[in-house]
Amino acid sequence: MKRFVALIMAGLFFCLTVAPAAMAKTIKVGAILAVTGGASFLGGPESRTIEMLADELNAAGGINGNKIELIIKDSGANPEKAISFAKQLIEEEQVFAIIGPSTSGETMKLKKICESNKTILLSCGAAEVIVNPVARYVFKTPQKDSFAAKKIFMVMNELGITKVAVMAGNTGFGKAGKSQLLKIAPEFGIEVVATEVYDKKSTDLSAVVAKLRSNKDIQAVVNWSIVPAQAILAKNMRQAGWDVPLFQSHGFGNIKYVEAAGAAAEGIIFPAGRLLVSDALPDSNPQKAVLNQYKHAYEERFKEPASTFGGHGYDAFKILCRAIDEAGADREKVRDAIENMKGFVGTGGVFNFSPADHNGLGIDAFTMVTVKDGKFTLYKK
Amino acid sequence: MSFDLFCQYFLAGITYGSIYAVVAIGFNIIYNTTGIINFAQGEFVMLGGMIAISLNQILPLPLAIGLAIIATMIIGALIEMIFIRWLDQPSVLRMIIITIGVSILVREVALHVWGESVRSLPYFTGNEISSVKILGASVSPQVFWVLSACLLIVAGLSIFFKRMSLGHEMRACSANRMAATLCGINVKNMVTLSFMLSAGIGAMAGCVVSPITYTLYDMGPGLAIKGFTVAIIGGLGNSMAAVAAGLILGLIESFSVSVMPLVFQDVIAIIILLLILFVRPHGIFGNKEAAGLKEF
Repeated sequence: MKRFVALIMAGLFFCLTVAPAAMAKTIKVGAILAVTGGASFLGGPESRTIEMLADELNAAGGINGNKIELIIKDSGANPEKAISFAKQLIEEEQVFAIIGPSTSGETMKLKKICESNKTILLSCGAAEVIVNPVARYVFKTPQKDSFAAKKIFMVMNELGITKVAVMAGNTGFGKAGKSQLLKIAPEFGIEVVATEVYDKKSTDLSAVVAKLRSNKDIQAVVNWSIVPAQAILAKNMRQAGWDVPLFQSHGFGNIKYVEAAGAAAEGIIFPAGRLLVSDALPDSNPQKAVLNQYKHAYEERFKEPASTFGGHGYDAFKILCRAIDEAGADREKVRDAIENMKGFVGTGGVFNFSPADHNGLGIDAFTMVTVKDGKFTLYKK
Repeated sequence: MSFDLFCQYFLAGITYGSIYAVVAIGFNIIYNTTGIINFAQGEFVMLGGMIAISLNQILPLPLAIGLAIIATMIIGALIEMIFIRWLDQPSVLRMIIITIGVSILVREVALHVWGESVRSLPYFTGNEISSVKILGASVSPQVFWVLSACLLIVAGLSIFFKRMSLGHEMRACSANRMAATLCGINVKNMVTLSFMLSAGIGAMAGCVVSPITYTLYDMGPGLAIKGFTVAIIGGLGNSMAAVAAGLILGLIESFSVSVMPLVFQDVIAIIILLLILFVRPHGIFGNKEAAGLKEF
């Protein structure tokens, strides 16, 4: 018996020491995404995108022969679940890096965990608080919400709008966006005269629309959320016959919301990455090739329109792969490689990371988009 | 508050209220025959909407809705046959827990079938921006469809329960199971029938509210909580009271927006539920003696 145990021990020892060197390494990458639940239109496209990219990459032989093994966990946009999945991925699976979570609220809960475990986190959450203050191991790919707010206010200045109402969903994204709007508005000489927050499961907002409408000062409404209520708000405003301009956040960048809001979506103005209007871009735009390639691959495989959210997953995955390609499968070196990455052309914009900026996108990553005839088009005054 | 604004709040309240009421009625039917609260009621609403949306791709709207209601009724019957029928003398608590389990199961299945995206039926009349002017306030024509569906269901049910022998048999099961069995009523079939009926009503509700609220695979619990609140406020088992209570709650929620931030809208519903449970546990329109005879 003793000899048998010794034999097994020897075998194990052999496997642990000799075998990995002999075969190409598999790099485990975790992903915590809201594939289901209230933020599923973020997490769904994100998870499908990175799955597609991982398949493509592995079919092409991986990164320098190292295959990527994806472990996707569905958090359902629930921060508690996200935390337990993060612990599981870090401690049990010992993943190389984590992509996600999809929402800002979840990401804020994981910031500290990834920091203390020295695990790279490439968040798909949009709120600026994720990377401000900078955490050493935490990066994010969506454009900052402060830039989105500034873009909106710039358009308002052009249109001569000075008094607005702010609406937001009670999600992490909504809360962060609302505080950015309130903070930045004075810089552009805009006054927020009313603020309302609605539940993320709201089914009808006609009462609050009536309330806001009775305030004759309001010249425009800015809505900040990622939930179906943003389409409901558009409908309720138009049904009430209230025709002030409606501005949405970059959370509106999914054609399904336009379909849901139907005729009420016409004329909505919102900041978004260029993915939604990639065909309208001039050929000189550096992003055009990347955008069209991703869009076609995604739409062909999943038979649904690509959204900017899937693009955030695309950027996170590609940035990680490029860093591994440059620095090898060493976590510290890969972290440094991401932090110093310049000129990476992604779907969200051209990323230029630095130790002070773990997002890497400038305000020019946003373009203003509007809805015309049920389609996204570039906004022109 | 100007008159126009008052009307606008009032109509918004009617919109909320009619949605709550139509969900609450479904709770009452199963409660009436079995004495249990079916927490999968919200899922019937979701299923009705989803199936109708899928069928509407190939069929005209009325036919799609009709078939969706029938399909949901069959699903309701199957749920009862698989999960509840074979139980021997189940306790109320056990059946309630089963319905909660079923609701989770149905939601997960719906997620796999329809995915996580937002869908909706087209507006029955007009489109997303059309509205009807009443006393200076505007309201979507769909609200009238919801209200008429509500009235149709209530009228249909009161005829069914008061005039038809099948309805009498179902009420007998609720009043006294043993006595009903002794009278030759097949109690188990009646329970199946009540599930079918409430599934059908849920599906109808799911179809008429879909253009307003959208249909999502996880819309069930939210609607079920509001419907449940309304059913309790009105007095469990009374469909007419459910409509009244639904409208009252909808109006209170809507007018509350004028004096306090929107965030507190749902808090109000819960506060009212708690108050009713403390002060009048048999509901505003309920009868104390009758409630005392119920098992639950």
